Amino acid sequence: MTGSIARLKRHPAAPWAGAAIVALALLALPFALAAVGTAWVRITNLAILFVFLSLGLNIVVGFAGLLDLGYVAFYAVGAYVYALLASPHFGIHWPFWAILPLGAAVAALFGVLIGAPTLKLRGDYLAIVTLGFGEIVRIFLNNLSQPVNITNGPQGIARIDPFRLGGIDFSKSDNFLGLSFSGPIKYYYLLLAVLLAVIFINVRLQNSRIGRAWEAIREDEIAARAMGIDTTRVKLLAFSMGATFGGVAGGMFSAIQGFVSPESFVLVESIMVVSMVVLGGMGNVWGVILGAVLLSFVPEILRFTVEPAQKQLFGRMIIEPEVIRMLIFGFALVLVMTLRPGGLWPSTVRKRELAERRP
Amino acid sequence: MIRSHFGVLAIAAMVGVSACGEDKKAQAPATLTIAIGSVAPLTGGIAHLGKDNENGARLAVEEANAAKIRIGGKETAFELLAEDDQEDAKVGNTVAQKLVDAKVAGVVGHLNSGTSIPASNIYSGANIPMITGSATNPELTERGLKGVFRVVGRDDQQGPAVANYLVANTKPKVVAIIDDATAYGKGLANEVEKTLTAAGVKVLAREQGTNKTVDWKAVLTKLKGRAPDAVFYGGMDSTAGPLLKQGKELGVKAVFSFGDGACTDKMGEFAGSAADGLLCSQAGIPPQAASKKFLDAYKKRFNTDPILYAPFTYDAANLLIEAMKQANSADPARYLPVLQKIDFAGATGRISFDEKGDRKDAEMTIFTMKGGKLLPIAIIKSGKTVKYEDFVAQSTAPAADVAKK
Amino acid sequence: MDIFIQQVINGLTLGAVYAMVALGYTMVYGIIQLINFAHGEVVMIGAMVAFSVIGALAPSGLPPLAIVLVAAGCAIPVCMLVGYAMERLAYRPLRGAPRLAPLITAIGVSIILQHLAMMIWSRNPLAFPQIIKVESYHFAGATITSVQIAILAISLAMMAGLAALVYRTRLGTAMRATAHNPQVAGLMGIDANRIIALTFVIGAALAAVAGVMVASYYGIAHYAMGSQLGLKAFCAAVLGGIGNIPGAMLGGVLLGVVEALGAGYIGDLTGNVFGSNYQDVFAFIVLIAVLVLRPSGLLGERVGDRA
Repeated sequence: MTGSIARLKRHPAAPWAGAAIVALALLALPFALAAVGTAWVRITNLAILFVFLSLGLNIVVGFAGLLDLGYVAFYAVGAYVYALLASPHFGIHWPFWAILPLGAAVAALFGVLIGAPTLKLRGDYLAIVTLGFGEIVRIFLNNLSQPVNITNGPQGIARIDPFRLGGIDFSKSDNFLGLSFSGPIKYYYLLLAVLLAVIFINVRLQNSRIGRAWEAIREDEIAARAMGIDTTRVKLLAFSMGATFGGVAGGMFSAIQGFVSPESFVLVESIMVVSMVVLGGMGNVWGVILGAVLLSFVPEILRFTVEPAQKQLFGRMIIEPEVIRMLIFGFALVLVMTLRPGGLWPSTVRKRELAERRP
Repeated sequence: MIRSHFGVLAIAAMVGVSACGEDKKAQAPATLTIAIGSVAPLTGGIAHLGKDNENGARLAVEEANAAKIRIGGKETAFELLAEDDQEDAKVGNTVAQKLVDAKVAGVVGHLNSGTSIPASNIYSGANIPMITGSATNPELTERGLKGVFRVVGRDDQQGPAVANYLVANTKPKVVAIIDDATAYGKGLANEVEKTLTAAGVKVLAREQGTNKTVDWKAVLTKLKGRAPDAVFYGGMDSTAGPLLKQGKELGVKAVFSFGDGACTDKMGEFAGSAADGLLCSQAGIPPQAASKKFLDAYKKRFNTDPILYAPFTYDAANLLIEAMKQANSADPARYLPVLQKIDFAGATGRISFDEKGDRKDAEMTIFTMKGGKLLPIAIIKSGKTVKYEDFVAQSTAPAADVAKK
Repeated sequence: MDIFIQQVINGLTLGAVYAMVALGYTMVYGIIQLINFAHGEVVMIGAMVAFSVIGALAPSGLPPLAIVLVAAGCAIPVCMLVGYAMERLAYRPLRGAPRLAPLITAIGVSIILQHLAMMIWSRNPLAFPQIIKVESYHFAGATITSVQIAILAISLAMMAGLAALVYRTRLGTAMRATAHNPQVAGLMGIDANRIIALTFVIGAALAAVAGVMVASYYGIAHYAMGSQLGLKAFCAAVLGGIGNIPGAMLGGVLLGVVEALGAGYIGDLTGNVFGSNYQDVFAFIVLIAVLVLRPSGLLGERVGDRA
């Protein structure tokens, strides 16, 4: 039995067969989730957005080793660019394929703006400066309703256009091939397509010349410079590329939610994304994806299970479910990190470092 | 380490048990179970107000169950599904979808305007009526969505009410306005500013903190230099308390005035004697003026007094139940038209809706703080100000109406 | 002018509040280069324990000052215990792990402490009993209260005491040795684990005092009060040069004064285009400017490139 599996594994078509199974599973996933509840499709969509954010931040934190606590700023920029150019707020209704790249470009510009003055800073000092930038962006979004109303302040921007492609409106249900595609399901497929592109870019980046330059800077900046790496340019590149992903995620968030307000871009959000990167395994694309998916799903799974579980165990509510949910989440963070300090799925370089450091 | 493994096991066990729980959900067919959703932040900075909202709705549901209401000829068991939206629009949408999936018949909530507005799209899309007892931003009902109601006054009713009262009774020449940079605080402050400016009062440049600010001294010191006759603050109680206390410490001689978010008895606790003379408004009639029956029942059930919006969420839940009863159906398609035309005597007075889903002739109450307690002094309805004593005397005691139902 | 003096007093008090919390951050950082993000929550626990003790003793008729001292006396050991447990369970297993790993456990600990506090002390913002009569003193048109004076004095005393501990005692020598090189310190017979645990415990005791002072000053305690305070204090510690004890004080005071003057004057200076709503922006811009010009904070040591 084991022999035949081993033989199957060696078969030249095996990787393709594996990929096909994964692809089929991903295609069927939203229908399986919708059978449980459309809420799960929405949660999955948000999880994919967090995967974008985590992969973007991974470039800055994981590849280049620069701790950024203000990453949510780029997400906010992307979201607001979309909201302003596709809503009744200014009466502008551009199509999404025109705004998304624009949002990404504006976010990249912000990345350079934030990166340039902070090149000299390291570690915790860089963290606090980026945190400051993140807060500054949010405060401006909150206040730019006066003297000229640009962002509509804390009231946020509502009635943002959904994606439209040909005759398909992503916010409404449609029937194709006898299957009912609800709004969230359509967004899922779109997100999935973008996700594949984003993963592809990240994997290629990691093994590219630039990726190795980032890694060199992370390990030893002076040595990297001695090897002829233009550290200024390479660092700025990390900031702007990371920001680009944030901008794209923001634009899609805006369209999916139909509403943005500065409340969605608070510091906690940045910290959450950093947690996803670190918990999953900094520097490893697959680890980071795992981290983002887990941290998006675990609180939601707890939301759905804590209450019935308690009723089942004790016959009544002893502790309020929302308190337990947060307590379990907190304990899980501590537990996972103490058991696997390098993250759940660390990059091979990190794994080597960890092994070396053990006495 | 052994203990941490035990933790994992415990979590696994809970998840496992809950999975079993799902299977057993099949109910005995004799009774009709109707689920009603309730959404408010139950964690985070204003979790206490969120719990208050949930309690109001829960009380209504429990009373309905005790009354053994029959709908469609079947004995009916109402079930309250309480969700935590964490004051976050994103989470709000997820829990809204969760309630839609759970096929709730109606929703009481959300607490904040910032979560109610995006979530209303989801409820309306699924044809599930929602009634908020606390979201006051006009935008919520201005978008023409079907089945979106509120039983509380709007910012553009409350702002003018408190501002006009201030103008008529304190006769200020210069007023300073502060807000907490949230959709609620800034929205209400803007309405107050509009009314004051229209009344010819000079309004100083807006000052702002955040919904977590506890140190207001810098802002207050600046205001002290401008010597305003009154200070209006749009924000919640946990920031307004320190504001009031520090204002008096610095010797700011102005009448302080707050909106409903900070119009609670807590002000007396936070600011002590400094709170005396505070003027504040609530959208609707005061909790004390809510029917005695409600107040007693709430106190008995939760062992505490309602904080702020509980009478409204209580009414919101009762409105859903009443509409279902009158339509003899829990199907939104059947009971929504009834709800739209309902005329209901609730704990907060008579309730009926205009075509937008806002409460017709919503009352506003002006309070003052005396000896650590809030005393209602005036009720404003359709632009008319009535002294509270007169209002109580002429109103046909809402308690009696409720008892009738 | 009297307004200006008042604003400086406001800023100094706010700064002293930040400094009290920042000292805890900086001390832990100085020893093991770890940002204890859960420090703000320990401050909150201190305030909450004091709240309960004062509430219980207030009707007893003891002199108010004695009640407050007893409350602090209860808050300090509770916080020390919390600090020790935190170090033992969430940080010690991560010695030698990548630098960001403890950041995540710190976030986990914060979430746990906040929600435990929510279970014990409810979600309500609690009115912190004002049992000591607050005296106000007036000079040059400005007002200062006895609580403000106490906060300024206690934060200075805490800074001086901490500096004396680190630079003048055997324990302090051991701390600095551990900070410098834990392996070599170990060879000299210093138990690094014990020293680090002690550092956390002392930091938690400082947090307890800060919690009691902050809650009595603002008259309010809330289970979520720690995170905002912790964030500002963290900024203050970095501004002064994290790891440096007088730096935390300087950073805190500077941040407090900048915030107060920002809220007080940017509105007038910019013709009301920017007002107190940009108070935090103003503070962060000063922070960023200082760090860009002096990348290791005002009093921080110039760290080597490989640090």
